[in-house]
Amino acid sequence: MSLFIFKRFATLIGTLIGASIIVFLVLEILPGNAAQLMLGPDAAPDAVAALAVKLGLDQPAWTSYWHWVGGMLTGNLGDSYAYSSPVLDLILERLALTVPLALMAMALTTVLALLVGVTAAARHNKLGDVGLMSMTQVGIAIPNFWFAILLILVFSVQLKWFSAGGFDGWSDGVFAGIKSLLLPALSLAVVQAAILARITRSAVLEVMREDFVRTARAKGVSQRAVLWTHVLRNAMIPVITVMGMQFSELLAGTIVVENVFYLPGLGRLIFQAISNRDLVVVRNCVMLLAAMVVIVNFVVDVLYAVIDPRIKASDI
Amino acid sequence: MSALPVIAPSAAALKLPGFWRRALHHRSFTIGAVLTLLLVLAASVSLVWTPWSPYEMDMPSKMQPPSGSHWLGTDSFGRDVASLLLVGARASILVGVIAVGIGLVVGTGLGLLAAARRGWVEEAIMRLSDFSLAFPAILSAIMMTAVFGPGIVNAIVAIGIYNIPTFARITRASANAIWSREYIAAARACGKGAFSITFQHVLPNISAVLIVQITIRFAIAILAEAALSYLGLGTQPPQPSWGRMLSEAQTLMFQAPLLAVFPGVAIALAVLGLNLLGDGLRDLLDPRLARAR
Repeated sequence: MSLFIFKRFATLIGTLIGASIIVFLVLEILPGNAAQLMLGPDAAPDAVAALAVKLGLDQPAWTSYWHWVGGMLTGNLGDSYAYSSPVLDLILERLALTVPLALMAMALTTVLALLVGVTAAARHNKLGDVGLMSMTQVGIAIPNFWFAILLILVFSVQLKWFSAGGFDGWSDGVFAGIKSLLLPALSLAVVQAAILARITRSAVLEVMREDFVRTARAKGVSQRAVLWTHVLRNAMIPVITVMGMQFSELLAGTIVVENVFYLPGLGRLIFQAISNRDLVVVRNCVMLLAAMVVIVNFVVDVLYAVIDPRIKASDI
Repeated sequence: MSALPVIAPSAAALKLPGFWRRALHHRSFTIGAVLTLLLVLAASVSLVWTPWSPYEMDMPSKMQPPSGSHWLGTDSFGRDVASLLLVGARASILVGVIAVGIGLVVGTGLGLLAAARRGWVEEAIMRLSDFSLAFPAILSAIMMTAVFGPGIVNAIVAIGIYNIPTFARITRASANAIWSREYIAAARACGKGAFSITFQHVLPNISAVLIVQITIRFAIAILAEAALSYLGLGTQPPQPSWGRMLSEAQTLMFQAPLLAVFPGVAIALAVLGLNLLGDGLRDLLDPRLARAR
């Protein structure tokens, strides 16, 4: 087990280094003069030269890269050009919205998917199964930002139950914060839940054919208890694999959904940073999101080994 | 050397006499094929005819509800929504074809190379694809936009790059399975090189997997283009795009809520069609999977 985790951790570090090199190459080397790009084509040469020195562009590329990586490890991400404040503070402030949003969306995804997937599997090939699976097929096809707009149309414009966007922070209490994030989380969750429900159904059907399930039923355990305890636990490996990938999709999805609901999160920060040509913020936010994706995949791999001890280092 | 028995499902299955008969009786395939044909038809028809000009503004007729003259109503500039939707299908197909094309050609090439050469070449290609997987399509598009500015070409390239590791991984896994077959050993014994084995035996035998993947990635490309255009990073005005139509409609939700419905339905139907087509093809080209479902 420890060898397995060590090997996966080594891959994690390697992938993070690779991802940081890609981000650095694309956002620092490819543009040519990043300072010119940030200030625009009509900027005065003196201003461009001053910003180039401030960004460390007058130094060799590997020195700038090392300086950036060192800064990330010590919490010094530099200053935002547009906001004139430390990038770390900006990111931490926005994460207070994006992380709860992604976690709420993941929780909703899991609950919806397990309910639909297990219910459909229990009614395999009957009307309920066909109906639920048709609904998931439609759910997969819906763009999350359109579903978000539909939710605003129904619950904000027509019923007036929720505000159409914005977030007042957590100072008004946890309930008010959760209420502001409920529609965005739901719009992110429905599409992912549709995908996960189909995976759950297939995995549950696969496990239901196993001998131990027949034994449990023969011993008199109820169908419901067999499904939700014996079957579901054994069907979790493919479900968790997909959940790991989905968390990455949810994080990426927040960029779009935060813009639909005008939420001041990390996604909206990246979007505004692009409009302001604030490459320092873009670089650090993109790296942070990529790192979150890689770390979630690492956690999923470790979870495999915890759930299924048969998975060993030799399997990777 | 004559062709040896084919074990893996292949595109040759499309030529089997029973294929089209079975296909017509397959519900997912039929619905998916009809919806996909409608998408292609909409884009093709828009090249020669649209009910109204999609670029012409008519402010006195703005935000009209659906009627006989404007089937789906008009937008905030008085443009005909039905015409905009027809022309918008072109952007979706363009992005789908080129972005999936980039992924297919480069990704499949790398996957075939990894399977044929193994060793450090395979390791290097797979690790590179690991790095790329850290960047979802929207994140690569954001990096591209930050450097090169918004536009359809950058969106296509970003979605295309995102497709490369997916095709590389799937190709490599399928090709490795083919390379372990006896008929490959027989081809080697006959003196064939890695290059000719790859193109004469491996590629034809993994084509079914690739065809199914093409439909799935096409659907994902349509969704990604719509999202990027919604954010203003994809198709630029005055070119119509379903994603941008939704972005414009969102600001008019109180006055004309229907404007936010039609483009979304168009995207959902296109994606649903391609997904169902992919599911149908998977069942038809590999009956073992169909039985397992």
